[in-house]
Amino acid sequence: MSMKRSTLDLWVGVFVAAGLASLLFLAFKVGSMGNFDARSTYTIKAEFANIGGLKVRAPVKSAGVVVGRVADIQFNTETYEAEVLMKIDKRYQFPKDSSAAIMTSGLLGEQYIALEAGGDDQMLAEGESLKITQGAVVLENLIGQFLYSKAEEGKDSSANPAQ
Amino acid sequence: MIEGLAHLLRRMGARVINSIWRLGMASRFLALTLMYSGTSFHRFHLVIKEIFNAGVLSLIIILVSGLFVGMVLGLQGYETLQTYGSEEALGVLVALSLVRELGPVVAALLFASRAGSAITAEIGLMKATEQLSALEMMALDPIARVIAPRFWGAVISMPLLAAMFSAMGVFGGYLVGVVLLGVDEGAFWSQMQAAVDFREDIVNGVIKSAVFGVAVTLIALFEGYDAPPTAEGVSRATTRTVVTSSLSILALDFVLTSFMFRGE
Repeated sequence: MSMKRSTLDLWVGVFVAAGLASLLFLAFKVGSMGNFDARSTYTIKAEFANIGGLKVRAPVKSAGVVVGRVADIQFNTETYEAEVLMKIDKRYQFPKDSSAAIMTSGLLGEQYIALEAGGDDQMLAEGESLKITQGAVVLENLIGQFLYSKAEEGKDSSANPAQ
Repeated sequence: MIEGLAHLLRRMGARVINSIWRLGMASRFLALTLMYSGTSFHRFHLVIKEIFNAGVLSLIIILVSGLFVGMVLGLQGYETLQTYGSEEALGVLVALSLVRELGPVVAALLFASRAGSAITAEIGLMKATEQLSALEMMALDPIARVIAPRFWGAVISMPLLAAMFSAMGVFGGYLVGVVLLGVDEGAFWSQMQAAVDFREDIVNGVIKSAVFGVAVTLIALFEGYDAPPTAEGVSRATTRTVVTSSLSILALDFVLTSFMFRGE
């Protein structure tokens, strides 16, 4: 099969261009490149008593809007708490007394960090920590508390049958 | 009894030694190909011709298969997700399955049977008709002149073909999911973009397809170069190329996946 050199070059050029276009399509339209990761971020820390099922790259949301992602999770051997590093988009600044809580999206959904803005004039800077945090709700503890309170109720009503 | 057992063990041993020997030969063959690659980049039109043979001629089968795989994923995914009321996650399902697994693997399997077999048959025939010896007589190294350009042409084509397969698949999923079945278009794309990570998913997929490309091409070239110079030898080598490279793709895929996506 012989083909003119210029025709061959044209076809290969079209092929390579189409391949690169597909890669760009995958990167920008299918993936999230340029959506978030490419933007500049700053890092803040928070310590939680329990992170539940929180994972690296879980979203950080404020008022439901994704403002950052969990960058790293470590165990602090001095406080025996989980230390979570979050990368927050530079466009979103939060007051120093903001609080963080670990929430679940939906009943069985993935866990995320909810940031609640405070009222301080000073904004959080690179590397600073959030003071007020609330860990994940552990379902077993919740059920335990519920059973315990039910038992207490039962005891109360049997002690005063008049009520 | 003992005699029979010894015979069995001897045959098994011979097989193992033979396959190790072939693996060693293939590795030396790869090293030689890489060493003599200079000419291919000096005279790049040789590589361009092979990109045409391996890549452009595989385009139709890759694009059509990608489209249909994506459409089937869209249909099947919709059926299942609908029962949980989360058909918006269809985009995530289609994109992740394609970018991480189906794109690189199915494209490489198709590539092995479309381009790999052609390479083996061509080299095997060149050897059987003594064209390779003729090159040597003209003081042209057959590895530099025939093998290396084919190697680079196929290795460059493979990731591009896999990317096109994935892109076509996502488009097929979009056609079935959004256009045909009425999944919300905004949710389809935005959930997909939120779930697909550039580094973790797309780059890993490209790395996979590049590894498959090297494996398929090396097997195809080596089988052709090593084929007995008879009609039967070439036909057997071509079959072996397709079987061996398909098995290697699947085995390599398992190894790569276990390194790349470890939970998290």
